[in-house]
Amino acid sequence: MTDLLLFWIPAAVALVSTGLVITRRNASHALIYLVVSLLAIAVIFFVLGAPFAAALEVVIYAGAIVVLFLFVVMMLNLGQSSVLRESRWLRPGMWVLPAVLVTALLLVMVYALAGLPDNTTMTKGVMVGPQAVGIELFGPYLLAVELAGFLLLAALVGAYHLGRRYLEERREA
Amino acid sequence: MAIEVPVEHVLYLAAALFLLGLMGVLVRRNIIFLLMSLEVMMNAAGLAFVAAGARWGAPDGQIMFMLILALAAAEVAVALGLVLQISRRFETLDIDAASELNG
Repeated sequence: MTDLLLFWIPAAVALVSTGLVITRRNASHALIYLVVSLLAIAVIFFVLGAPFAAALEVVIYAGAIVVLFLFVVMMLNLGQSSVLRESRWLRPGMWVLPAVLVTALLLVMVYALAGLPDNTTMTKGVMVGPQAVGIELFGPYLLAVELAGFLLLAALVGAYHLGRRYLEERREA
Repeated sequence: MAIEVPVEHVLYLAAALFLLGLMGVLVRRNIIFLLMSLEVMMNAAGLAFVAAGARWGAPDGQIMFMLILALAAAEVAVALGLVLQISRRFETLDIDAASELNG
């Protein structure tokens, strides 16, 4: 019972704050709720026995990726006018069809998951620490690490290229 | 130590978060909110991987989560560069404005 509470309290926080992320009109408010959602999921990772994933969730997702979003929101100078424009774009009627489609998908998903056999579905309840993760990561998964390195290098070059032209033309203006 | 919960419950949560993100992608028109919703969806996929890892007490789930993290970081870096370009070129953040991809 305590275990279920330990899971569902952060889960409820994550669901509510994610719902707020997709409905806010002000981008900075949405980003702050996104941080709350990511921190709640980090708590879930920790109680599920994945402390390293929890730390990475806080450091990289909440720390680096959301701050990158915040930098861009600041660079674009979104003020009160953008909030008004969001209100114009977001009419209440627009939520109906996506909500119906998504609810249908969720119902099918819940139905399929509820049909799993009972005796195989509890989590193990053991901590898998950073050491075990590191040994596995640089053993059988070494190729995946190399590929992630390629991907990050390509993203670095791409982001530099896209951002540099933007900055140069702003300097001239 | 770590808790013992039915793994379906974690997967329910992952599915719900993924679908909330999908709803955000379907409804919003501002590119920044679209990218936020994509982050939510990728995070939900990572949660499903970590849940599967916790089910077997194996580190593989966390490793897949780390790879998803690298993917998300790369995607966000390039996408935010595109956001800067689109906002400069079209003077708006409406994703429909960037529908002129023809020769």
